[in-house]
Amino acid sequence: MNTSAEKYIRKEALPFIFCPGCGHGIVVNSFVRAIDELNIGENEMACVSGIGCSSWAPVYLKFDCLHTLHGRAIAQAEGLKTVQPDKRIVVFTGDGDCVGIGGNHLIHAARRNIDLTVIMMSNYIYGMTGGQKAPTTPFGASTKTSPLGNDEEPFELYPLVRAAGATFYARASVTHPVQLKNAIKKGMEHKGFSFIEVLSPCPTTAGRNIFSFRTPAEMYDWYEEQVVVLSRAVPEAPEGKIGLGILYEDNSRREFCEVLAERRKEAME
Amino acid sequence: MNQILIDRDYCKGCGLCIRACRQGVLAMGKERSKGDYLMPYAAAPEKCVGCGLCELFCPDVCIRVEKKEAGHA
Amino acid sequence: MAKRKTRECGPMLMQGNEACARAALAAGCSFMAGYPITPATEIPEYLSREMFKSGGVFMQLEDELASINAVIGASWGGARAMTATSGPGYTLMQEGISYAVETETPLVVINVMRGGPSTGQPTCSAQDAVMQVRYGAHGDYELIALTPSSVQEAFDFTLRAFDLADRFRVPVIVLSDEVVGHTREKIRIPEEVEVFDGGYQGVTKDFYRPDADGVPPRLEFFTGNKVIVDGQLHNEQGLRAGTEADICTALIQRLSHKLLDHMDEIASADTYDTEDADVVLVAYGSVSRTALAAVRKAREAGIRAGLLKLNVIWPVPEQLIRETCRNARHVLVPEMNTGEYLREIQRVTGADKTSGFSSIGGRYPTPDEILTVIREVVRS
Repeated sequence: MNTSAEKYIRKEALPFIFCPGCGHGIVVNSFVRAIDELNIGENEMACVSGIGCSSWAPVYLKFDCLHTLHGRAIAQAEGLKTVQPDKRIVVFTGDGDCVGIGGNHLIHAARRNIDLTVIMMSNYIYGMTGGQKAPTTPFGASTKTSPLGNDEEPFELYPLVRAAGATFYARASVTHPVQLKNAIKKGMEHKGFSFIEVLSPCPTTAGRNIFSFRTPAEMYDWYEEQVVVLSRAVPEAPEGKIGLGILYEDNSRREFCEVLAERRKEAME
Repeated sequence: MNQILIDRDYCKGCGLCIRACRQGVLAMGKERSKGDYLMPYAAAPEKCVGCGLCELFCPDVCIRVEKKEAGHA
Repeated sequence: MAKRKTRECGPMLMQGNEACARAALAAGCSFMAGYPITPATEIPEYLSREMFKSGGVFMQLEDELASINAVIGASWGGARAMTATSGPGYTLMQEGISYAVETETPLVVINVMRGGPSTGQPTCSAQDAVMQVRYGAHGDYELIALTPSSVQEAFDFTLRAFDLADRFRVPVIVLSDEVVGHTREKIRIPEEVEVFDGGYQGVTKDFYRPDADGVPPRLEFFTGNKVIVDGQLHNEQGLRAGTEADICTALIQRLSHKLLDHMDEIASADTYDTEDADVVLVAYGSVSRTALAAVRKAREAGIRAGLLKLNVIWPVPEQLIRETCRNARHVLVPEMNTGEYLREIQRVTGADKTSGFSSIGGRYPTPDEILTVIREVVRS
């Protein structure tokens, strides 16, 4: 185990439930590096998650863990955050958990600009239950509940979450773990609703159903071809590619807990 | 020479470390992990430059590069 | 137990809903998340100002799903947390209740019952969430439900609800109804109240190891415990144990037994003229006041009637019911539903001698109506 993992991973919960080659494992790996570099103390942060493969992440971390219900991670995180506003609250969730059943909580939490860091691991599918379609599944894709081809268009997450009010949006990919770690760090440092969309392949269900990859390595090669790390030289992704980077950051909006504190102060006078 | 340590208890033989390595250090071996997965091993450890990409890409945080001081790869 | 001063005390005139809200603040509740719904809306409205005055947090969230979940999160953040709702909103909260039961998260839900099913009769009273409160969430478990019948009881029982929730690490439902919620009456709020303050002070790896009473330590986040809270059945260290039948069986049984083994502490009832009664009425909530008036009238007419007024209906106080009704020749259960709690009483006292009187559709029973039924029962 690497040094960050030694510090922050709960050995008694191992092995990871993730399948061989699961992107979520790389997210956990990058996350422990990120918090190591930020020097997060054990009583400084709590991790909240919903239901799904991605939502197992907090169980493996040596921090207070709230493994909640499908779609409700953000709602529970809001309750926790408002009564402990000085603590860092990180939400680990998946595309189905966050944008499907949890969609309403997502857009309202973004609207409030409450200081949470949401790490949404997107694999275009409902992996834990065996490979059913998700709100991010591409049109026409074959899954266990769309064997004739998905009849819906997926969400465009960046416009959706930004329009809802999020003040930080980053897109990362497990094919670029250093950028992923940096996006996590920036998201955690941002005071306000921070959303990190992580492209995290599911070789087991999506790999086999939507695509036809036979190994994780094949699938990661394909993912690496789809993404482009954005920079000053490459500010936008070319047609057909997915841009990675801090897509949006706004530090001018009020944060929700700060507003609550103001109201409390006024009321108590 | 750097040492590549792979934890037999947790390796799932996904092969992402082999993919990550640009120097061709790792290859799939014949030994099985505790979970009965075929495990990779350091086939050419002398080629390791200690970049740590294998560590970054492991979904089970179970590979570690121990860099040796004097000399180089 | 710790002492807390109330903000405003003495005799006052107020609505039941406001009494619930004031009691929550008196108990030290510092988090309320809710959603407007008739006839409970006065509770979030009152707390939307007063909670801030007390230094707490009030949130009107996007729906009841968010509300119950935010309450759970706040509870793990160390706050006494509550929500308030009615019929359809309470139905939405069932998933969260199941989670609170399994994770042993203390919290209070005030359910001000109204006419159902579905949208039903938002401005009429009913007692049709009785079975739902007990069985509405999936899984095998017990929880505590208190049934206030007056504005004073709305205050007293809500205060007690927070203590019971912390003491037994369980969601506690204050099962009010539209009559209690919206009636204005005189209430007396004491200058000081006593509240349970037995939080766990140490650090442990055994988050769910029960004490002698079957209750695990009342833990909070950010105290060095690094608690794992998980809705999946787990071992004492909080890790999933779904494939281990022994551990799961023991957990499911403990969730019920931690309450069932302490009914002497949890049960609460008032009896009126039951010692020599031929007919014992068993009632709860607002109907119990009508029942009491009927019992008084019956006694005046020479009928030996009595009333067992239940203040806690779940878990069922079986011993109390059995003993009180032992010598009665008939037991009568007036309710504003089609006989939800009647079934429980019949189970304990015997269907042969137990019958119900249903007032539904927004019809409130009158003392004379109940007296008529008492007479019929006595005649047969």
